[in-house]
Amino acid sequence: MRKVLIQFAHPAVARSKINKALRAAVEDLEEVTFNDLYAAYPDFLIDVKREQELCETHGVIIFQHPFYWYSTPAIVKEWMDLVLEYGWAYGTKARGLEGKLFLQALTAGGDDSTYRTDGFNEFTIAELTSPYRATAKLCKMIWLPPFAVLGIHRGLHSNKINAYAEEYRRAVIALRDGTLDIRQVQQDLYLNSDLNSVIRRR
Amino acid sequence: MEYFLLQLFIFLAAAAIAVPVARKLGLGSVLGYLIAGIIIGPFCLSLISDIEEVMHFTEFGVVMMLFLVGLELKPSLLWQMRTPILGMGGAQVAISSLLIGGVAFFFLPWQQAVAIGLILSLSSTAIVLQTLREKGLMKTSAGRSVFSVLLFQDLAVIPMLAVLPLLATVAMHSEGSHDSTLFDIGSLPGYLRILVTLLAIFSIFFLGKFASRPMFRAIAATKVREIFVAAALALVVGISLLMTAVGLSPALGTFLAGVVLADSEYRHELESDLEPFKGLLLGIFFISIGASLNFTLIGEEILLIAGLTFGLLGIKWLVLVTIGLIFGMAKKDRSLLAIALAQGGEFAFVLFQFSKANGVLPTETIEPLISAVAISMFLAPLLFLVHERFISSRQIEEDSQRETDMIERSEHKVILAGFGRLGTDLGRFLISAGIKPVILDHDAANVDVLRKFGFEVYYGDITRLDLLEAAGAAESELLIITIGDKDKASELVELVKKHYPHLKIAVNASDRSAAYQLMDLGITVIQRETFGSALALGQDALKLLGFDPYEAYRLKRLFRKKDEEMMPELYRMHREDEDQYVSMYQKHNQDLEELMGLDQNIDTEELDKAWTAKNPEN
Repeated sequence: MRKVLIQFAHPAVARSKINKALRAAVEDLEEVTFNDLYAAYPDFLIDVKREQELCETHGVIIFQHPFYWYSTPAIVKEWMDLVLEYGWAYGTKARGLEGKLFLQALTAGGDDSTYRTDGFNEFTIAELTSPYRATAKLCKMIWLPPFAVLGIHRGLHSNKINAYAEEYRRAVIALRDGTLDIRQVQQDLYLNSDLNSVIRRR
Repeated sequence: MEYFLLQLFIFLAAAAIAVPVARKLGLGSVLGYLIAGIIIGPFCLSLISDIEEVMHFTEFGVVMMLFLVGLELKPSLLWQMRTPILGMGGAQVAISSLLIGGVAFFFLPWQQAVAIGLILSLSSTAIVLQTLREKGLMKTSAGRSVFSVLLFQDLAVIPMLAVLPLLATVAMHSEGSHDSTLFDIGSLPGYLRILVTLLAIFSIFFLGKFASRPMFRAIAATKVREIFVAAALALVVGISLLMTAVGLSPALGTFLAGVVLADSEYRHELESDLEPFKGLLLGIFFISIGASLNFTLIGEEILLIAGLTFGLLGIKWLVLVTIGLIFGMAKKDRSLLAIALAQGGEFAFVLFQFSKANGVLPTETIEPLISAVAISMFLAPLLFLVHERFISSRQIEEDSQRETDMIERSEHKVILAGFGRLGTDLGRFLISAGIKPVILDHDAANVDVLRKFGFEVYYGDITRLDLLEAAGAAESELLIITIGDKDKASELVELVKKHYPHLKIAVNASDRSAAYQLMDLGITVIQRETFGSALALGQDALKLLGFDPYEAYRLKRLFRKKDEEMMPELYRMHREDEDQYVSMYQKHNQDLEELMGLDQNIDTEELDKAWTAKNPEN
C-alpha cells in the first residue's frame, strides 16, 4: 500500500469539465491526498516545508494538470523551482523523493495522431514530457508514462469523460494498492494505453 | 380614555394569546387573529363593542400593507408585470363578476345581480398577502401572479365605486356618500374634479421622486429614531387623506407612493419602521372580522349561507383554474392561484356598505352575503393549509428528484455593512466580480453620493435587528463588516451570531486591538485596515532603495505570512497581559515590544534558498 499525493494544478478549474470529472473520480479515495496548488497558493507563495512534508509522507506523487504549451501550468514549474531543493530532492545525500513513483496525469487538446513525428505537433507526448522524466530521474524517483486524456478540443462526450474518469480511478487505486505492473507499463506510450493488461488481478 | 385602553388591552391580549397558539398548531397568524376575534366577539365572551368602528379604523392596515408592498416593487418590475396584472387580473374580475352575477340573476333583479357579481369578484388582499409572506411565497412565480390579480382588483375598486350608484333600485335614504374631512370634492364642477385628482396623483410622484429624499435626509441627520417613524407614518396617513379627499382609493395611493419610493435608499428604514404598525393594524382588522361574524344569522340560515359560501368559493376557484390554464401556468402554480384567491375580500364589506347607502342592495340581501364573505375569508387560511399538505408536498418530492442547478455568482447574497473609505473600494471590487452586495451605511450623505453611481445602498443603523432582517440577512450568505467603530462592529457580530448563525462573517479591524476584540468573539476572517497598505508602502520603499522589485515583493509576502502565523501567539500574550491589569499605555508598549521581539526572529533565509542554492556537486 502506497499513499498517493495528487498535486492538482489548474488555474481555471471551473471551466474544465474533464479535470473536474477526473478530480471527482479520485478525491474521495482512501489514502489519497488531493492538494490543489492554485487554491493553496493563489499568490504563488509556495510553502516549501509543507510541500516537502507532504511528499515525504506519500509513496506516489501525481501531477494532474492540463497540458499548457507542451508543459504544465506555471505553478508546477514554480513548485519544482522551490520545493525540489538540493540536499532534499537531489544530491548524493538527498533521500526526500527516493524510490517514490512519479506520474503526470495530463489533458490535452490535440488527439494522439497530432502528437507524432509526422503529426501536427511534430513531437510525441513522451518527447515533450522528457524534462519531467529527467527531473524524476535526478530525484531518484520511478518514472511512469503519463496518464493522458487527449483530443479534448473536439469536445468529449460525457460518456467518454466518464470512461476516462473511471480509468483514472482504476489507475490511482492500482498505484495505491501496488497492483500495477510497473515494468510492463513503462514500455507503454501512456499509462492508460491498455490498463487491463498492466493491472494485475488479485 | 380608560375605556379605550381597556378595549385596546382586550384586542392586544387576545392577539398575544391566540396567534402563538395558532402558529404552534400550524394554522398561521391570520387564522389565529380570526379565532381570537370570534372568542372575544359578541357571540362568545362578548368583550368588545363598536366592532364596525374598529374594523373601519384598522382597514388602514391594508393601506399600510400596500405601501409596504409597493416599496418592494420597483417601477421597472411593475412594468414587466403589466401582462399578468391586466390579463390575469382583468380576466379574473370580468369572468368572476359575470358568472356570479349570472347566478344571482336567477333570484334578483339585474342591477342587484351586477352589483353582487362585481363585489364578490374581489378577494382578500390582507389575508392573502399576509399568508403568502408568512409562507415565503411572495417571490415565486405563483406568488407574483396572485399579487398581480390582487393589484388589479384593488384598482378595480375605483371604477366600481363610480358604477355602483348607477345601479340603484331601492329608494335612497339620504345618508350621503362618504364625506371627507378636508373638503368635498363633489362640490366642484366636473373638469375641476379631474384636475384635482390628477394633481393629487402628480403630487405623490413629486413627493416620492424629489421631495422625499432631502426630507428624509434632514430627518435622518437628527439621529432621533422616533422622528423618522413619525415622518414615515405621516407620509402614509397624509397620502391616504389626500386620496380620500379626491375620491380615490387610499390603498392605491399609498401603493403608488411605495412604488415611487422603492428605489430610495431609505426603503429598508421605512419598511422596518412601518412593519410593526401594519402588523398590528392588520391583526386587529382580522380580529374584528372574526368578531363581526353574525352567528345568530348564520344559525338561522345555515343552509343558505353555506350554499352561498361554497358557491362563491367554487365559482371563483373554477374561474381561477381556467385562467391559470389559459395563461399556461404550471400545475402547482395554478392550484396555488386558485386556492389563494377563491375567497371574498375585505373590500366587499366596504362596497356592500356603500351599496346599501346608495340604495343598490337591500339590507336583507346584504346580510347573508356579508356572512358568506366573512366565512370564506375564515376558510382561506385553511385552504392554504390543505394546499400545502396535499399539493405542494407532492410537488416537493418531484422537485427533489431534479438535480440541483449550478449556483450563479449573482445569486450570492452578500450584505456589506459600512460603506466608508474602505467599504467603497470593497464594494467596487465585489461588483467587478459580479457580486452585488446589499450595502448598509449610517451616513446619509455618503449614501446619497454612492447611489448616484448605481450602488444598492441603504441608509440605516446596521446594529438594528429589524434592518438586518429587511436587508435579507436570513437569506444571505455572507456579511462583511467595514465599520470603523470597533464596539459597534462587535455589537453587530454578537447580534448576527445570535440571530443568523448561518451567516459567514468577514470583518475589517481598525487596528491590532480591534482584531483581538473580534478574535474574542470567534471571528477568524479579519483584515487589519492599515496592514495591507503599510506593507505595500514598505515594498515601494525597498524598491526606491534599489532592492530588486521581485525580491521586494517576495519580502513583503513573506513578512505578511509570518505576521499571520504570529497572530495567535500575540493574541495569547495580549490576553495574558490583560490578566495582569497593566495600564492601557503600558499595554500598548508591551504589545509593541512583543511584536518587535517576534519580528527579529523572522528569517528571510527561506527566500534565498530556492534560487541561489549552488549545487556543490557540479
